[in-house]
Parts: sequence; structure tokens; C-alpha cells
Amino acid sequence: MDEDELVEYFRTQMRQDPEVPSAVAAIRTLLEFLKRDQSETILGLRENLTRTIGRLGEADSSVAVSSGGELFLRFISLTSLEHPDLSQCKKVMVERGELFLKKISLSRSKVAKFCHTFIKDGAKILTHSSSRVVLKVLESAAADKKRFTVYVTESQPDSAGQKMADKLRKLNIPVTVVLDAAVGYIMEKVDLVIVGAEGVVESGGIINKIGTYQLAVCSKAHNKPFYVVAESFKFVRLYPLNQQDVPDRFKYKADTLKAVEDLAEEHPMIDYTPPSLITLLFTDLGVLTPSAVSDELIKLYL
Amino acid sequence: MADCGEANGPERKNEIVRAKNEEKELTKEEKQRLRKEKKQQKKQKEKKDDKGSSEKSGREKTLDPLSASQVLSTQSPTQKVPASAPIPVPPSGAPSHSSGAPSHSSSGAPSPADKPAKSKAELKAERRARQEADRASKQQGSSSSSKTKAPASDLNPVVKRLPEHVQVDDPAVVKRLAKKLERQQIPLRSDYGYKVSLFSHLHQYSRKAPLTQLLSIPSSVIHPSIVRLGLQYSQGIVTGSNARSVALLHAFKQVIMDYSTPPNEELSRDLVNKLKPYISFLNQCRPLSASMGNAIKYIKKEISNIPSQYKEEEAKTKLLECIDKYIDEKVVLAAKAISKYAIEKISDGDVILVYGCSSLVNHILCEAFDKNRKFRVIVVDSRPRLEGREALRRLVQIGISCTYVLISALSYVLPEVSKVFLGAHALLANGYVMSRVGTSQIALVARAFNVPVLVCCETYKFCERVQTDSFVSNELDDPDELMVTRKGKTQLEDWHDLSTLGLLNLVYDVTPPDFVDLVITDLGMIPCTSVPVVLRVKNVDQ
Repeated sequence: MDEDELVEYFRTQMRQDPEVPSAVAAIRTLLEFLKRDQSETILGLRENLTRTIGRLGEADSSVAVSSGGELFLRFISLTSLEHPDLSQCKKVMVERGELFLKKISLSRSKVAKFCHTFIKDGAKILTHSSSRVVLKVLESAAADKKRFTVYVTESQPDSAGQKMADKLRKLNIPVTVVLDAAVGYIMEKVDLVIVGAEGVVESGGIINKIGTYQLAVCSKAHNKPFYVVAESFKFVRLYPLNQQDVPDRFKYKADTLKAVEDLAEEHPMIDYTPPSLITLLFTDLGVLTPSAVSDELIKLYL
Repeated sequence: MADCGEANGPERKNEIVRAKNEEKELTKEEKQRLRKEKKQQKKQKEKKDDKGSSEKSGREKTLDPLSASQVLSTQSPTQKVPASAPIPVPPSGAPSHSSGAPSHSSSGAPSPADKPAKSKAELKAERRARQEADRASKQQGSSSSSKTKAPASDLNPVVKRLPEHVQVDDPAVVKRLAKKLERQQIPLRSDYGYKVSLFSHLHQYSRKAPLTQLLSIPSSVIHPSIVRLGLQYSQGIVTGSNARSVALLHAFKQVIMDYSTPPNEELSRDLVNKLKPYISFLNQCRPLSASMGNAIKYIKKEISNIPSQYKEEEAKTKLLECIDKYIDEKVVLAAKAISKYAIEKISDGDVILVYGCSSLVNHILCEAFDKNRKFRVIVVDSRPRLEGREALRRLVQIGISCTYVLISALSYVLPEVSKVFLGAHALLANGYVMSRVGTSQIALVARAFNVPVLVCCETYKFCERVQTDSFVSNELDDPDELMVTRKGKTQLEDWHDLSTLGLLNLVYDVTPPDFVDLVITDLGMIPCTSVPVVLRVKNVDQ
């Protein structure tokens, strides 16, 4: 299976089911690749997989694809593959890959289950841009017969906030769209802030759509809880010290990286929120404090 | 145990001295009483035979500080008879037994496992066999003797023994320490000068009176390479956590090479006993660091794990290999791994601030320079050690452009700094960083200027101790070092004459984890709060 076919397969997955997280689509692609792979040795297989992950990362530069890919690789090679026969090994790997895929497809509902109890009746929630996990959380809270109102930031440059507002209206949740610049203005009215994450880094901070950082700073200044909802496959082995330290390949869209030479002219699409501003993280592994994220990562990777 | 021992001290002593001479004369009730008292102390008891336990507990009781001196003289002749054990007298109050009375075992009390069975012929062998079984299982767990470690013993997995703290202003503890040193034939170093009251619980020695002056030459008790090492420590010739640990391990290699097992003794037990007075001696020269403590723990474990069927030469080669492997893995390879991670964090155009002389940080900067990163360094230094000059020399030698300031100019240079790299002496279990005095100052001001602070530390410096301030456990250096001679005049020359004046020369301080952004270890980059996780993972591995 050559690289273009792969990317095409990936894009088809994303198109067919707009609800699927990009990491899940990436992992499905990798699994497909694994099934069709022709290499003769385990080392060759690993190299091919690593290369494919890199290629997918180029196609879609979100953090989740890179983290999901790495976790997949880790998961399938976790136990020592002692079978001398390569096809046996591959069978075991494919089985484990399917298992991994099944586990993570359920992660969004697990997260929603943990989080919706934190939304009290009559709450006013502020969220940022469009996140499918946050949508799921609000959906389950609404299904639980809770009454709440939602403020969504517009989130330029792609106005993703408007899409979020439409989806929420369909669920009959009262929603207001606010300007990105109005976050400080609206903060005194809201009770809590919930955002999704594209990636959760080793320090316990998050990488998310640009504008999240100032939302976090404002909520800290007003002493409002700042909650993050993320699935566990978004945990990534990065450790940014500040905004500049986030690698360029995540900051800009894949096409921009290829097309433009001078990145200083381009506007980054994501920013980094340090762990000191985050109250709690809701993941399918449980409700974690930012310092516990490192604990989980050590368990996953070491 | 101490109280009731003191209460019937003289009678007990007589009883037990009589008992020792007559072997089986301890009555059943006496034995039961002793056993019960002992059981009250220990949480978990292994299987011991009656005679062995009552003998031992009897012996322990008699070694209370009040009655110890008298009993010592009666005990030592009987115990020196077998002649093979170099440390004839068992320690007062085995540490793992008296977990409830931490002052009972003085700082650095040797583990209980080295009490030799001294008695008449047939029973000796029997008791030996039983005690061997006890000792073997106990030595797995309680192989540490330093005050800075908490061994997770196999005996009590639930109750972790916390490391001892130095208590110089408690006379009972001092007396016990003196007794112990006397037993090991090591001279006691006396404190020097007026101590500031907040730190009166710590030792304060003078550099001009090294311990080696009080030793006879040639010293029969201490191996010469250890004497040399002690002198190097106390005079400040060998400084720095890594350097001290590596020098210690090399000296121990020499000791092992020159060691020969006495007849009727096993290498695994005897060598550990031999090392104990050396460790006390080194502790007197300069208090042991956390890294040294971990190294000693490792060596003791390795020695006691030597299977008894090994011949002496085999065992010695194996031990030497183990030490080399330890140094290689924990120091050399760890430095390489840490540099690899750290170099990712150094970008072109960076201005990096370093403090003092950390071998690891210097290594990282040299590696980064070799990999053609463009950066410049600001070296911050402080009196009286002025270690920054050594770091400056090393960095300038390979061509890095450096600036040198004293710590008082810190807030002046910080606006232009992009990152701060700090070394560590130890990382404590609650995430606090113990390092050279002045480090927490740097971290504090860097935090105020929003400059990221990165601490680089190998995992073998991780320590089970918990501290939230710099007072509880620290080191006091020679106060005379603070005197400065300019233009022929020395200020503070007669500071001893002023009763209200105290000079304080602290060596370490403790930085809270909120000021540290990132810790780079050989396991990877972790936040400061994850140190206990790494400790947990490491303990599980071992």
C-alpha cells in the first residue's frame, strides 16, 4: 500500500464520518496498512509504520494524529512478540490493533459520563471553538434533564464557533455566540469554562485552538474553574516551555507548511495552555489533575 | 524499650552477663518477658528461636547509653574471642526494631544484620544457622545505614523507615554517636565556633582541623584510600555530587581489591561489616550526600547478594564489575541521555543562565555547542565558594561566549535570559530540589521574570527524603571561609571574641516545585511533581 493510497484512505475515512476523531481515522488507516504490509522483518514493519505515521502527519497536521499513531505503535508492540513466524506476529499485532481501536472508539462517551455531573442545573458554560467531545458532554448533560446556557466564542479565523452554535441549537440548548475579544467581558457571567483539546502534553498542559490560552488566563483571574475534556489517545510526548516551544509542524496547517517559506507571516492555529491554569482534565482514564497526566504518561510509555 | 531497660539496668546487666557465661541459665519467664517487650517494638517478627532472640534482646538492652560503658568492657573480651568479626559489638538498638524511637539509633547506625553469634561451640553453629537465615532476609531490606536513605525493607513493606536527621544539640544522640565511633575506632570530630541557633542541630567543622590529623599513621582500621578520600572531601578538593560519588566508588573498588576474607567468615557478610567504619569515617569528614547514600545502598546490596559458593577471586571480580557498571549506567550514560533531551530545549539565539558549577549542566552545554547550536551563557557565581569560576573556565575553553556576574546582579541580567539551567544535589520525594545555596533564589527571581527554569538531574540522585524548608537537614561549612582579606586587612578576624556574632556558611538550599518548570532526567522530561512516580517505578523495578 503506497503512501498516496494511504492518504486517500485516511481522507475518505474522515469524509465518510465527520464525527470520527482524526486520531481514530489515522489508526484505522494504520491498521489497514498493517494488514496489507509486505515487509519481511519486524524491524522493517516498525520502520514502515513509523514512516507512515510521519506521512499522515504531513497530510493532517493535528497533534492528535501524531499522538494516536505513536500510541498505536506502542500498544501493538507492548508485549514481546515471541512468535518466530512473522505472519503469526502480524496476526497478533492486528488483533491488538483492533482491540485498541475498539477501546478508543468508546472513549468519547466515557469522557462525557465523567464530565456531565460537573454541570449543575442553571449553569452558564463558556466554551471555545468547535469540539466534538464538548458537544458530547453537553449532549449528555442535556439528556440528564439539566438546564444550562452556553456561550461559544466565535473562534476566528475559521469561525468554527458558529458551527458549534448551530449544533447546539439543534439540541435545543440556549446558546450565544460571543466575539473572541469579548471573553474578558463575559467571564464574570459564566460559572465554568469547558474546552476540548487537540493534544495533552507531558506537563499536563494542553494544545488547543488559538484563543484557549487567553480564555484560561481570564478564567484564572476571575477564579472560575477551567475544565478540559480529552480522550487518552491525545496524550503526546511533548513538553513545551512556552508558546514558542511548540513545534512548527503543529502550529500551522499542513498545506501552509508546505506552501509558505516565511512562517513569521503566518498566523498560528493553535496555542499552548500551561498546567497551572487548568483545574481538571476529564479523560477516559478518569478525572485527572494536571500533575497526574505525567503519571499516566509514565505508565503508558515507560 | 529504652525506658524499661534503663529502669532495671544494673540487674538486667548482671543477669545477662551471668547468662552469657552460663549459656542456658535464662529462665523461661525471663525469655518470655524479653520476647514480649521486643514484640512490642517490632511490627513484624521473623521466626527466631528463643535463645537467639532473648540473647540478642538482652544484649541490645545492655547497650543503653547509661549502662553501655560498663557492659562494653565485660562484653568485648568475650566477643573478641572468636576474633574473626572486625566489628565485635552489635549496635545499640537495631534500627529496624526501634522504628518508634528514632533517636535510639544514632545517625548512621549500622543495620542489625551484623550481630555475630558468640557462644560456646555446639550452640554457636546452631544459632549461626538460624541467624544466617534471619540475616539473609533482613539484609535484603535493611541494607542501608546512612541517615539520608529510607530502605523499603522486605520486612515491613508498609512501614517505610524514614531517614535519620542530624541532632547535634541533643546530648543523648551525641553520646550515642561518640560511643559508636569509639567502637569503630574512629576519632570524633569536634564542632567549631559559635553556631547560629536555627542551625544548632547541625555539625559545624573547621577545615583547618581535618579528621585525618587525629588518626595514627599507618591507620589499622581505615584503608588508606579511604583516608585519602576523607581528606579530599573535608578540604574541598573533591566537590560536586557526581564527583564525590564516583570517587567513593573508586575508593571502594580499591578496598575490595585489597580485601581478603578472614578464615571462618563469609565474604558477603564480612565485607559489609568492613565497610561500615569507612562510611562512618567519611561521614565525619563530610556528611554524605544523597547520591553517595544511594551508591552505598547499591554496593551493600550487591555484596550481600553474592552467592556463598563463589570463590573469593570470583566474588571480587564480580563486585568490581558491578561497580563499574553502576558508574557507567548511572553517571556516564545518564549524562548522555540527559544531554540528548536537553539539547532539544536549546534553540539558536538562546541566552542561558547557569549557576555555580554543575558537571551535568557543563556537559550539556558542551554537547550543545558541539552540535552547532548558537547560544551564549551567563554564569552566576556566589561567595565564598566561587564555583562559577570553574564552570566559566570550562565553557570558555571550548569556545562558548560567556558573561560572568555575581548573584547580587541577578535581577539586572534576567530580562535578557531565555532559559535557566540548574543542576541538583538531590531531588526529594515531594518534588523539592535540593541544590547549592542560592539556587532557590535564582529560581524565584526567574519565576518572577517568567523565565523557564530547567533542572537537570540523574535518577540515582532521587531521594526518599521529604523536606519543605532548608533548615531541617543541611550542611554547615567552615565559618572562617566567610572572612575576607583585602589590602592586608582581614575583617571579622576576631569574630570568636564577639559573643553575639555568628557566621553562617550554608551549603545547600531547597527549591519548591512551583518554581521549576521542567526536570530533565535520564528517563525523560518530567514535571517536578512526578518525582515520586519515578521513585515508585524504580522501586518496583528493583
